[in-house]
Amino acid sequence: MPEGGIGASVKRKEDFRFLTGRGAYTDDEVRAGQLHAHMLRSPHGHAALGSVDTSKAEAAPGVVCVLTGPDADADGLGGLPCGWGITSKDGTPMVEPKWPVIAQGKVRYVGEIVATVIAETAEQAADAAELVEVDYRPLDAAAVTETAHRDGAAQIHEEAPNNLCFDWDFPGEEAAEAVDAAFEAAAHTARLELVNQRIIPHSMEPRAAVAEYDKGEEKLTLYCTAQAAHAMRLLLGAFVLNQPEHKFRVVAPDVGGGFGSKVAPYAEYAIICWASRKLERPVRWLGQRTECFVTDAHGRDHVTEVELALDAEGKFTGLRVNTVANMGAYLSAFAPLIPTFLYATLFAGQYTTPAISCNVKAVFTNTSPVDALRGAGRPEATYLLERVIDEAARATGIDPVEIRKRNFIAADAFPYQTPVALLYDSGSYERALDIALEKSDWNGFAARRSASEADGKLRGIGIAAPIEATGAAPSAIAGQLGARAGLYESAQVRFNATGTVTVFAGTHNHGQGHETTFAQLVTDKLGVPLENVEVVEGDTDRAVMGMGTYGSRSLSVGGSAIDRAMDKIIDKGKKIASHLLEASVDDIEFDSGTFTVSGTDRTISIGEVAFAAYVPHNYPLEELEPGLDEQAFFDPVNFNFPFASYVCEVEVDPETGSVSVERFTAVDDVGNIVNPMIVEGQVHGGLAHGIGQALMEGAVFDENGQPLTGSLMDYTLPRADTVPSFDLDHTVTPCPMNPLGAKGVGEIGAIGAPPAVVNAVVDALRSHGVNHIDMPVTSESVWQALQSAKAS
Amino acid sequence: MTSTVSMTVNGKQVSAECEGRTLLVQYLREKLALTGTHVGCDTSQCGACVVHVDGISVKSCTMLAHQAEGCDVVTIEGLADGDTLHPMQEAFRENHALQCGFCTPGMVMSAIDMVNRHDTLDEKTVRHQLEGNLCRCTGYHNIVKAILAAHPVMKGTA
Repeated sequence: MPEGGIGASVKRKEDFRFLTGRGAYTDDEVRAGQLHAHMLRSPHGHAALGSVDTSKAEAAPGVVCVLTGPDADADGLGGLPCGWGITSKDGTPMVEPKWPVIAQGKVRYVGEIVATVIAETAEQAADAAELVEVDYRPLDAAAVTETAHRDGAAQIHEEAPNNLCFDWDFPGEEAAEAVDAAFEAAAHTARLELVNQRIIPHSMEPRAAVAEYDKGEEKLTLYCTAQAAHAMRLLLGAFVLNQPEHKFRVVAPDVGGGFGSKVAPYAEYAIICWASRKLERPVRWLGQRTECFVTDAHGRDHVTEVELALDAEGKFTGLRVNTVANMGAYLSAFAPLIPTFLYATLFAGQYTTPAISCNVKAVFTNTSPVDALRGAGRPEATYLLERVIDEAARATGIDPVEIRKRNFIAADAFPYQTPVALLYDSGSYERALDIALEKSDWNGFAARRSASEADGKLRGIGIAAPIEATGAAPSAIAGQLGARAGLYESAQVRFNATGTVTVFAGTHNHGQGHETTFAQLVTDKLGVPLENVEVVEGDTDRAVMGMGTYGSRSLSVGGSAIDRAMDKIIDKGKKIASHLLEASVDDIEFDSGTFTVSGTDRTISIGEVAFAAYVPHNYPLEELEPGLDEQAFFDPVNFNFPFASYVCEVEVDPETGSVSVERFTAVDDVGNIVNPMIVEGQVHGGLAHGIGQALMEGAVFDENGQPLTGSLMDYTLPRADTVPSFDLDHTVTPCPMNPLGAKGVGEIGAIGAPPAVVNAVVDALRSHGVNHIDMPVTSESVWQALQSAKAS
Repeated sequence: MTSTVSMTVNGKQVSAECEGRTLLVQYLREKLALTGTHVGCDTSQCGACVVHVDGISVKSCTMLAHQAEGCDVVTIEGLADGDTLHPMQEAFRENHALQCGFCTPGMVMSAIDMVNRHDTLDEKTVRHQLEGNLCRCTGYHNIVKAILAAHPVMKGTA
């Protein structure tokens, strides 16, 4: 068996090119005769759009054309589509206003495109954009999440009174009544008002795209920063561009991070495709970071009231959640899914709470549209739950560890049906927490706190026990819940004649290490050396189909498709081997790259079988086609449920309010692990993302919808000196829902870290009378909280 | 209005016509097709564009191409010797200090300069010194490990 199979921390195959400057990102694609697009964007949050006079710009040096909203209409372009529908509690469908690729009649957020200038150079396009004369009449704006649906708020879309997109109850009336009864009977209750603030994704590579239309073949090719090339093709081709799928190729080359923000189809991509088709020249667009700030789909932005009912023993008996979720100005592709089925279905967490109900009001505002961002709905759910549990611990006087242990779903209770639709397949929650407590030296905290106090500092410790539903998946369930697409994954495993293997996958690698991890699957199962396996992703002309990479689904769904395709390879290989070895197919065994006639020493390698398949001189041609190339689709029957226990320890300087994360212990269970090195890297990144949200990140708009955090000068991202080294461990509870036993690891850190950090900060401040503080927990907010507590 | 700018890049003498406003990073990417140096922001915050100019790490989005006239510039493409990686590149590979790879060129160039400037390094210093480079994937954990691992190799004390 070659080295580098499942379980080995092999070094990544893709690293050499990235380390030597050979990565090929979208903006590195250069096309002969290419033109450059510059997007002229609205500086207003809400304004009536009068005339857009492009005549001076059109006459400027190098300008080829200037496109406006009416041009898009004249050419029959559709609006940007939404991929998920939600039904309000009164049975009506969500309000889904058209999202034109270029604004018409009105602008509804800062950054909305009002014209596109196409010129010979990027500088000429930018210069000419300044000559476009736009007649704006500013309107009152509704930019605040909490108040956008109240009477008197400015109305953003004609079809959405009170800016309400949907008003959704879950699971329904019966559950709400059960929750009411639980509160009536409760011995204790805990209640918090929380803000899960809007954050901006910030993959380090800005969004970019290059479109090239070949008139001779009537074929459009789009290179773009995408996490899901096939979905991009489907959504842009069918809904916006009217470009048939077989005449439309989307390539997502190396992509510099995604975090969810590179899933949705974006207006810029549609516009340059349209322009390239019109002008018959390649057209490119590179987003400036400032543009990314207002146009990459933002994440979170919930205002929530959460209440927990407990009995006299501290058992949770009911959970009630009321949330206002900000959609931004338009519905991005998966925006409605996030504060609904990715959110409320997680309210059970790791606990046995029998009655749960919620109401979510989704509102339009004059802000950038939101969509999936690392965790997407699950961080919001985990945050409110783990925070209200700490509040309940305070209210009941029960220790935060003890109250969690009293309520954990027991390890022998699986499969476990939660009251919020999900059927958990496996878990061992108390064990993960015990390991985290041990590793974090929970019992030694008192001494560390005393040492901090002697130094004039406050020290706090906090727990979070996150769970998530990953692997979006089951198409049938997703369809019932409003999905407008399937959620399987596809793979093709092709033996080449000389024995090397090419894997074509519908997922996409933008940092997750698929080129290595997926190759390890092949090495492990087929016995082909790692260096002889090539993984191809992100190209609609090469991979047969795919739904892409998001929701921590690539290994559990995409990897399982590869596994299934390899089963077919082995099945066919056995037939070829039985012919070559002159034995019955039932007597052929396969292990570690070798076919053997059972009970004999007669063997043939899979490489030899592949050669025979492509050079079929001695081959059962009457019964079997030549070639060794198989394809599989995998559509699992359920989601996966990774879980974790995190312990965070912070030190707070009461004089300045500054918070430093001193220790962070993470015990994750992501099922079976293919490459431990890569899995740990995914956890590190997720934790830093979550610590960033907890301590520093936050998109701020003023009441007119003007972004106040519009550059990296005012929006703080975590840097190397704002996070600690992480102390990781894991347990392995294999997932029974897929052949690999994998659950997914990309998001859990970002889901669990925010409540762990905030619980630790509140623990540090509790002795000063502070029982809650909203994210981001900045030095200013901590200092203010201490002053307010002192004053009262 | 363009004029010729000449410099040494990765040991080779180069020259190209460019506008006065052309940034060094644009010169490298667009005129020389050295696309390993990346542009991640427009306010000189992210560090994806760090190169060495006369041996010192510089954000190449913060310098005009004309200002580098006659300078000796090294980019990420100039570090490895064929298939043999520079010790810092090797340490990044060995420690899984990169994921999507976009910040990596700037990280590596900054890290080499950091090692050059410090006889000894500890975690706190590395984290502080990395303030000019953003990474969204790794949580910095493995980048810090890689730099601490490369230091003795580069200093010949390993």
